[in-house]
Amino acid sequence: MYPAYMGESIRKVEASRERRLEETRPRVGDQEKAALLTEFHPDFIKEGMRELLVGPNRGEPTPNEVAALLEGNSRVNPDKINLGKVDHDVDVLVIGCGGAGASAALLAQENGAKTLLVTKLRLGDANTVGAQAGTQAADRSNDSPAIHYLDTIGGGRFDNIPELVEALVRDAPSVIKWLEELGVNWDKNPDGSMHELSGGGASRLRLHSARDYTGLEEMRVLRDEVHNRCIDYLEFSPVIELVMDDKGQVAGAILVNLETNELTLVRAGAVIMATGGAGRLHIQGFPTTNHYGATADGLVLAYRVGAELIFMDTMQYHPTGAAYPVQILGQLVTEKVRTLGAQLVNAEGEQFIMSLEPRDVVASANIRECRHMKGITTPTGELGVWLDSPMIDLLRGEGTIARELPAMVRQFGRYNIDITKEPMLVYPTLHYQNGGIKIDPDGATTIPGLFAAGECMGGVHGRNRLIGNSTLDIFVFGRRAGKAAARYAREVKLGALTLDHVGKWQAELKEAGITESRPATPLLLPNYARQPDDYLADYARKTLSSGQIKVA
Amino acid sequence: MAKQKQVAPEVHMIDVYVMGKRYQVPEGLTIMTALEYCGYRLIRGCGCRAGFCGACATIYNLKDDSQLRYDLACQKTIEPGMYLVQIPFFPSAKALYNLEEIEPTAESLLALYPSLLTCFGCNTCTKTCPQELEVMWFMSDALRGDIREVANRSFDCVMCGLCAARCPQGLVPYNIALLCRRLYGRYLAPTSQHLEDRIAGIETGKFDAELEELEKMSQDELHRRYAERDIEPAYTKQS
Ligand SMILES: Cc1cc2nc3c(=O)[nH]c(=O)nc-3n(C[C@H](O)[C@H](O)[C@H](O)COP(=O)(O)OP(=O)(O)OC[C@H]3O[C@@H](n4cnc5c(N)ncnc54)[C@H](O)[C@@H]3O)c2cc1C
Ligand code: FES
Repeated sequence: MYPAYMGESIRKVEASRERRLEETRPRVGDQEKAALLTEFHPDFIKEGMRELLVGPNRGEPTPNEVAALLEGNSRVNPDKINLGKVDHDVDVLVIGCGGAGASAALLAQENGAKTLLVTKLRLGDANTVGAQAGTQAADRSNDSPAIHYLDTIGGGRFDNIPELVEALVRDAPSVIKWLEELGVNWDKNPDGSMHELSGGGASRLRLHSARDYTGLEEMRVLRDEVHNRCIDYLEFSPVIELVMDDKGQVAGAILVNLETNELTLVRAGAVIMATGGAGRLHIQGFPTTNHYGATADGLVLAYRVGAELIFMDTMQYHPTGAAYPVQILGQLVTEKVRTLGAQLVNAEGEQFIMSLEPRDVVASANIRECRHMKGITTPTGELGVWLDSPMIDLLRGEGTIARELPAMVRQFGRYNIDITKEPMLVYPTLHYQNGGIKIDPDGATTIPGLFAAGECMGGVHGRNRLIGNSTLDIFVFGRRAGKAAARYAREVKLGALTLDHVGKWQAELKEAGITESRPATPLLLPNYARQPDDYLADYARKTLSSGQIKVA
Repeated sequence: MAKQKQVAPEVHMIDVYVMGKRYQVPEGLTIMTALEYCGYRLIRGCGCRAGFCGACATIYNLKDDSQLRYDLACQKTIEPGMYLVQIPFFPSAKALYNLEEIEPTAESLLALYPSLLTCFGCNTCTKTCPQELEVMWFMSDALRGDIREVANRSFDCVMCGLCAARCPQGLVPYNIALLCRRLYGRYLAPTSQHLEDRIAGIETGKFDAELEELEKMSQDELHRRYAERDIEPAYTKQS
């Protein structure tokens, strides 16, 4: 239920609805886009970024919150680790079980590799499970991989790496089919054709969805298949450091049991990083749509062995995070709501942007409206603009919202907001890491033995990812990396295991004079628990055993 | 961020009981944020924090009402006098199978999940489901081999496991439903000819030239092509 004082604005939204059903907003041109982004997009706030002081991307601008972690201290003291006692000896180690990790593990095993899948929380506790809107693939007759390519590059501000985009659009239809053969239920028309929708920045209807539970559907099927194929896995066991060999190849990892603090050493011919994104860093104080474990661990781990990162100066703020009610602040209002026809309108009931522009543009426009006092203030002081969901049923017929958006109806219904009759209040929320670990089309990073796939890698989306291209890239590059890693692991001759890179890293931090001021990383989990004041006596701190893991 | 300076509203505190111990927390939090307010750093029982992953299954009742209730901690707002416990893990059965080797029939379901036959219709599963799905009904659909209906009715399942935890007969409705959805997707959904055609086109090199042209294109030309590309309408208005 909305507070009474919002009633006046809601009535303006209702009153303009009939007019807006006919009204179209012009597309935003190159120059207008540049001006909008520079003035309003968080990526362009100078104080939000700083140059990295150490590592392969030294000197490159990076969000403060990410930079602090990339420059972090290792959690392990190499002198205290016994590299002679290997607990798991495998061909391929996959780190992280979202969509990218699960598909990499399936393909690695299919290609003959003895595979171990390790993950921080449960299998499938990942950003993938939250994906609602859908997955892109150019498979209709008026569409083509080339059109998909052009949309993706334009959306990415023309910075995308061409070979990666090519791989993305070429593999897309076969990914959809692969998932269907594993039992994913795509939304279809009665004649069997896919029921496809449009999306921000996409010039064709190309979004394949499974109601508004697309990522859940993809993830629960893949997780089930991981079980069925009896792939070895370890849950609640995040990687805290990669292990190398004396030839400079990545050769395994150290994991920690989150509940007992016990370490596990894995030796692997190849390692696939699939740790997802960084939303839980709450960059610039934004709330996030991301899952609990989205803390940029993979970037940190890869950076420490010398892997290059790309486009770290850009994050994606989803234009429509919930601004009200506070219980779901920052949680995703799927782009599918706009795809189905809902417009964004300000407090006066006026449209201010073509709702299906790429996300960076729409997010900037939402921020502009609020800064220009055309937003609504919530009781807790958040600002937002209206997303006029009831339009969907007017445009597409009664019952469309209930059929296409059950998760959204349910989520807002819990707070007595009926999105079939009332608009939703939204504001940008931290959603996606556009950049990441640099890879080639096989998922190989700049360090031998290390592959990467999914949200932790960068390049394919340039500086702004389009809707539906992420739940596509995780399968495209997850599968490619799984296959390539299995092939690589067959050939590779590992030398003696070493943690020398950790020693070198710490020396570099010391030289830069930042050892003391940087946290222990990877972060593993955010800390939302209210903490008692520190009461420990120094002697107590020294004598207490390490006990439960100190995730902080 | 979007915050505007405002006088802090007066916070109303309410009592909740975490595993029997009383805490005072501000009204309006979810069960999950209330646990964190009490000082718990969650490791289990927390995933997407948005109602999609089922990690945060919670059982509760109220101080003056012993009736057990079930919900997702990340979505449910706290109420005064709640007695809360989260279910960190539940040992429920999952049959192993090769999807390529089974048929979409009632026999397959019963072979993999024989406990299905023992359902006596108590409807506890339905009452337990935080997604408000008609669990018992789709279990009876499963028994009849109506796989399509199971897929349809169970679709919004987040696999929190509460139905299995409460079933007196040891059924695992969420895993049975997953099997049905996979069978539906694999065998019963109508095939998409346009998808097959497109894959064949890509494999035979039909799109290579176009893609190659784009990859070699100058930035200026790419910008022009992007700006001039035609855009298919997102929807056609109902008349
Ligand atoms: C709410 C939401 C909605 C979205 N909607 C869409 C959409 O409609 N369409 C679309 O294309 N994209 C969407 N996205 C983006 C997309 O879902 C994600 O980018 C993508 O699923 C990421 O997949 P992934 O496998 O790379 O990472 P994830 O799915 O996040 O998986 C990463 C895994 O790695 C684990 N991990 C992390 N650190 C460690 C460590 N140190 N050791 C071991 N394991 C670790 C994590 O716990 C997790 O299991 C959405 C994202 C969100 C959050
Ligand atoms: S944490 Fe995922 S459903 Fe609650």
